[in-house]
Amino acid sequence: MTAVNELSKVLYIDLSKRHFYTVLRDDLFGKYIGGAGVAIQLLKEECPEGIDPFNPQNPIVFAVGHLTGLFPLASKTVAMFKSPHTGNLGESHAGGRSAISIRSAGYGAIVIKGVSSKPCYISVHENKVYFRDASTLWGMRSSITAGRLIRENEPASGNRTIMRIGLAGEKMIPFACVTTETFRHFGRLGLGAVFGSKKLKALVVSGKKSIPISERKEYLNLYDSIFKTATDSPLMKKYHEIGTPINVMALNASNALPTKNLQLSTFDKAYEISGENIAKGFLGKRLACAHCPVACIHIANLRELYEEEPFFYKTSMIGYDYELIYSVGSMLCISDVNGLLKIIDTVESYGLDCMSTGVSLAWATEAQEKGIISLKDTAGLELKWGDSRCYIEAIKKLIEQPTDFFKALSRGIEYASSLYGGKDFALSFGGNEMPGYHTGPAAHAGCLFGARHSHLDNGGYSFDKKIMLDKNILPQQLADNIVSEEEWRQILSSLVVCFFAREIYKPEVVKEALKVSGFNLTDKDFSDIGKRIYIEKMRFKIREGFSFENLSIPERIYQTDSSVGLIDRKFMDSLVSSLKTKILTYLQTSS
Amino acid sequence: MRLEVVDADKCVGCQCCMFACSRIHKDTGLSKTCISVKSAGGMQRGFIVITCIACEDPPCARACPENALIVRKVGGVILKKEKCTGCATCVKACIIRAVFWDEEINKPLICFYCGYCAKYCPYGVIELRKTEFELKQSREGKDDSSK
Repeated sequence: MTAVNELSKVLYIDLSKRHFYTVLRDDLFGKYIGGAGVAIQLLKEECPEGIDPFNPQNPIVFAVGHLTGLFPLASKTVAMFKSPHTGNLGESHAGGRSAISIRSAGYGAIVIKGVSSKPCYISVHENKVYFRDASTLWGMRSSITAGRLIRENEPASGNRTIMRIGLAGEKMIPFACVTTETFRHFGRLGLGAVFGSKKLKALVVSGKKSIPISERKEYLNLYDSIFKTATDSPLMKKYHEIGTPINVMALNASNALPTKNLQLSTFDKAYEISGENIAKGFLGKRLACAHCPVACIHIANLRELYEEEPFFYKTSMIGYDYELIYSVGSMLCISDVNGLLKIIDTVESYGLDCMSTGVSLAWATEAQEKGIISLKDTAGLELKWGDSRCYIEAIKKLIEQPTDFFKALSRGIEYASSLYGGKDFALSFGGNEMPGYHTGPAAHAGCLFGARHSHLDNGGYSFDKKIMLDKNILPQQLADNIVSEEEWRQILSSLVVCFFAREIYKPEVVKEALKVSGFNLTDKDFSDIGKRIYIEKMRFKIREGFSFENLSIPERIYQTDSSVGLIDRKFMDSLVSSLKTKILTYLQTSS
Repeated sequence: MRLEVVDADKCVGCQCCMFACSRIHKDTGLSKTCISVKSAGGMQRGFIVITCIACEDPPCARACPENALIVRKVGGVILKKEKCTGCATCVKACIIRAVFWDEEINKPLICFYCGYCAKYCPYGVIELRKTEFELKQSREGKDDSSK
């Protein structure tokens, strides 16, 4: 029997005191499984109410789950913190080797508190924690170089994770991300900025500890069955071959690909930036997260000639995914792949969240077109749809902030549009820039009410298909679907199973997997725990100032055809009010 | 038989082989694996896959001061745990770093050429194949079953 305490060791690191200690938290890992469930409890415990997200007391929590290291595709790490971008719940998931390394180092969760007196990075090698000087790395133009230096300075190659920030995080841009293993990200909501506020350049974790199991024979059988499904499934084949960018053509064909700041929902040059076309001309490598045979990570090989130096070439390997192609591709009308990849590379080297960056630049372009902002505001830079060079310049300016406008824009479009106007076309939901799905009302309502304001909270876009199939579907029904999906996803993200594997990890499989890892749960437990975690996250949001009363939906979503045609305002209002009622009732009726 | 890295360029770095090796050692995670997949200086450069290649005249066995590593007729070694003192000389002797370490018993962890890991490589990076000695035997029509 796997005792819960195999996972329940929590490592607390205090940057102010350069001190660390561990505590066994069977109470949390027994009741809330792991991942998101445990992280929200640790966040609640450690984060004082109402503090500034850049206050040293804002904790960074990382948590993994019972299946991590035991079964394939349970390789996500959940990060929680108070978000500097929305001012409430910060939650971000990433794979790479992060989860496996944390668990193999002997921990179920890591909590980082305080602030370092000078730039540092933390190295956790099993039971040893080192506070390394990072003053030489601080201010380095490219986070990719900083990552390489850390790689060369640390042991345990192949058994470690290296999470690091770039200039965006150092400058505390509220949508700065944390990059792990060069190509995976704790994106959205600004974990990178919280790292920066703590003068924390990076976190390295390594280990090789074993994970005991209770029923070996059953374990091996179940392992093989999950592994086989993962490698045989057509869904996984899709993610392996073209990767998430397969969505470009599919969404474009159904009027759902946000283009030109959602002035359009189809892009006439979508094929150019499609997964199929990029694979043909640029795909250089496919990579996997640790313990995932699917290998959905797609890396393009970009070869550039130095204009003034014949026969001098630079070859870069640049990761691409659907959300990146949407946000700095179709949203900005970029159709040449070279340009698109160079924009992504710029975003990567600074460590910005790509989606927020792209959507902010799309808003800024339209704002300049409409005369809301001037050339003076942009320090002379003319933002032009389809022109990758101007966007690369604009991204540099987001970091350098030569004008008040760029200072404002670097805080996201909800803030920038509150100063400059143009709220109608500022595509932000709950303070977070929109994801790439203009499928219909459920997608947008899902983001507005999702705990992270992410399309991954509840997969709202998939419920828009129901509207396509049944025009008479009731908003109430969709609201129920959205909330129950978000509840179930709390279980998956507490087990830290990749959402791509949600068709494999159905409740029956999850139950079996937990059983052989020594943890028995019933269907009722699932539904109770999922609901409880969901409510706890919502409570934290509300505690930190989120309100259902001042939610706003950008007008633009009503002006552009979606997969279900123009979104009906009445239907949307009714969906919003159903969601509001449902969630508020939840919060009131649960203890 | 021995494990052969057929094409490291096809490796995606999932490390499923490493997890498989730990499982066959009746463990989980990555603690007892005698295969290593690590980046070749950043993942963009691909991966290095390290396995014991079953040398015919293994330096690890030659270096062992206790004769704890018995050379197989077909190449490769078998560890006699009762003779091993845990000095780790074998680790230093293996230039490809295919002698791993079992922290629990403080002795080397060396591939026993079962091929279990290869079953979990979806991309055909590693395969269990005959050793040079076995191939030669086959060519000469001799039996190679006495490994």
